[in-house]
Amino acid sequence: MEWRDEGIVLAVRKHSESSVIVSVLTEQHGRHAGLVRGGGGRRLRGVLQSGNQVAVAWRARLADHLGNYQVELVRARAAAVLDDAARLAAVTAACALIERAFPEREPVADAFPALVAMLDAIEASPVWPSRYVRWEMTLLAELGYALDLERCAVTGATAGLAFVSPSSGRAVTAAAAGPYRERLLPLPAFLGRAEDAAVVPAAEIAAGLALTGHFLSANVFNHRTKPLPAARLRLLDYFHAQATKYGA
Amino acid sequence: MRRVSSGGPEIERLIQLLAKLPGLGPRSARRAALHLIKNRDAVMTPLAQALKTAAEQIRVCGVCGNLDTHDPCAICTDISRDAKTLCVVEEVADLWALERAAMFNGRYHVLGGTLSALDGIGPDDLNIPKLVARVREAGVAEVVLATNATVDGQTTAHYLAGALAAAGVAVTRLAHGVPVGGELDYLDDGTLAAAFRGRKAL
Repeated sequence: MEWRDEGIVLAVRKHSESSVIVSVLTEQHGRHAGLVRGGGGRRLRGVLQSGNQVAVAWRARLADHLGNYQVELVRARAAAVLDDAARLAAVTAACALIERAFPEREPVADAFPALVAMLDAIEASPVWPSRYVRWEMTLLAELGYALDLERCAVTGATAGLAFVSPSSGRAVTAAAAGPYRERLLPLPAFLGRAEDAAVVPAAEIAAGLALTGHFLSANVFNHRTKPLPAARLRLLDYFHAQATKYGA
Repeated sequence: MRRVSSGGPEIERLIQLLAKLPGLGPRSARRAALHLIKNRDAVMTPLAQALKTAAEQIRVCGVCGNLDTHDPCAICTDISRDAKTLCVVEEVADLWALERAAMFNGRYHVLGGTLSALDGIGPDDLNIPKLVARVREAGVAEVVLATNATVDGQTTAHYLAGALAAAGVAVTRLAHGVPVGGELDYLDDGTLAAAFRGRKAL
């Protein structure tokens, strides 16, 4: 058995003294792990960092085997964000979410290009925080828990959407929310727009992360009795702190 | 066919234990065991005594997390060292590396690892609460974060910078970039990018 693919390094675990087991989100083979001999050594340690884009060649005698990876660096994405606390937290949060949420060896359509586009935004775009929240919404949709923020679940209105039902994931207008608004999740205004031309305030990003975090917790992680990854919680804490420090 | 042991159970036990050491596999453990047996007086007995003494006397420093026969360790009790500068490292091996370089005359704090989302290692699993308390109480003016230039190392550094923000101390970190003797042609993209971003005026 042998194939070649491109992917993003999600996680690295030590295996014996010098080898590591690397989990990679590949373009055509989904989340796939493999053994990298010498992966704990000086030559490959820099390559095998979460978020790095790599070319992999996987070989095994049988398809069920763990198999061996030959890894080559395509783009050192981790190094580009090491100095920036928020960007680094976003990259590690994205990798940890996929590592924990995606089934192994099952290709998920569009997951790889969506992650690459989001990592591109984290590296270079000033509006990366809103792109990150939108990417988590895409992640929820890919896992079968899409949010419906197009129209009001009660009235069908497409304007004035202000809340999201924590159980159905559907939007609700402020008028239709009425006395139930305390039980609903706030819908940040930027999620009502198609794209983000300007930088979204930290308070709105924190509300967006709280929204997607609620559905990730309830639908993807809770039933496996796993909490949200610590990196994802730190990302939310960062934007909460920014919102408190600099106001909305 | 049953494998016949080449020596007695004592020798097999010695080989098994040596094979657990980093860098030694079963074959090299066998060679090391033979070397020890052949050099019983010159190597084996002194080594056994040194191991026994180390096992009995070496302890973790209650102040910084270093390994020493005394608690607090020799570095923490050395009055010639600058008590106002604290260097935070991941492991004792990193402390030893910095001491070999003889560049730093302050004191250390060993975290005992890094934050890791995947392995579920949080701040309370490391020596972080003790660091924050130490910085607040010991009149520290600068904390140098000497964590590794890895995703986990730098995640830990950013977390520490946040945790120490309220303490009112200067928080710095080691530079990233071209190693001494490094040729640009052989460097990975990430190191080159970090070096370029951290360029200095001459």
